[in-house]
Amino acid sequence: MDIILNGESRTVACRTVAELLELLGIDPRRVAVELNMEILPKAEYGAKALSSGDRIEIVHFVGGG
Amino acid sequence: MSVQTDKLVIGGREFSSRLMVGTGKYADFRQMARALEISGAEIVTVAVRRVNISDRGKESLLDYLDTSRYTLLPNTAGCYTADDAVRTCRLAREAGLSDFVKLEVLGDEKTLFPDTEELLKAAKILVKEGFTVLPYTSDDPILCRKLEDLGCAAVMPLGAPIGSGLGICNPYNIRIIMETVKVPVIVDAGVGTASDAAVAMELGCDGVLMNTGIAGASDPIAMAEAMKLAVIAGRLAYKAGRIPRKLYATASSPLEGIIGE
Repeated sequence: MDIILNGESRTVACRTVAELLELLGIDPRRVAVELNMEILPKAEYGAKALSSGDRIEIVHFVGGG
Repeated sequence: MSVQTDKLVIGGREFSSRLMVGTGKYADFRQMARALEISGAEIVTVAVRRVNISDRGKESLLDYLDTSRYTLLPNTAGCYTADDAVRTCRLAREAGLSDFVKLEVLGDEKTLFPDTEELLKAAKILVKEGFTVLPYTSDDPILCRKLEDLGCAAVMPLGAPIGSGLGICNPYNIRIIMETVKVPVIVDAGVGTASDAAVAMELGCDGVLMNTGIAGASDPIAMAEAMKLAVIAGRLAYKAGRIPRKLYATASSPLEGIIGE
């Protein structure tokens, strides 16, 4: 299915956010996920189904002042 | 007064160190971790950015930050609207599971001065959503009062533009801000060297936040220690109460018993 991931179009084969993070090799404890401009609580990563056209943002902490 | 009993309280939490430091611009994570340790800081700022999907680095910032030791203060650096800043804070809370945020809403790229209108707008929303808001502000007492009235946990006026190293450009405004608000006043931005940090603390500020002043020094580790000592020295001097400034001399030695009279 086609999604917009961090501003870029991507075709992925996963049903949930948890699967997407696993596919990308991202530790879910260290990121925050926004699905279509709404924060997705960590508890919902496994249950929330992805749909074609979803806009997903995955962010983490980096060095800053 | 001892440094040990002189705690800084922000948003109901107690801190022993009055120096807050950023985590950006270091040569590498190792150097950053060492500088943080030497600085004695308990609150460290971090930025919120997209994970690089195509080039996943092996190490992440959090590998080098002991979150049981440091309180993370996520910032909204790079946000130019209240909406973007609020969105960033919500993401930060989800990523870090803490309500502390350093709110900055910038007005332009050249000065990085705050857009005060957007700042107030964002602060209002965030306080309502339960965030502990520490806003980076102009050194404007009226704006600081408005931020306090909105429920911000501290105000963080700039000493000088971010990364400029110009020091405390308007100490009089900082003094008026301290007379105006009851929440902690943290000088954020502008500190270039240890004396700048000491000046801020001698004015009576509750703390100092810096990043470039340490990370940009030729030896960041040594500068981290200098800043730690400067903040402590400045705080002690403020509490001790300095002598008034006078134009002419006052002898330190007794005037009686001078030989040859």
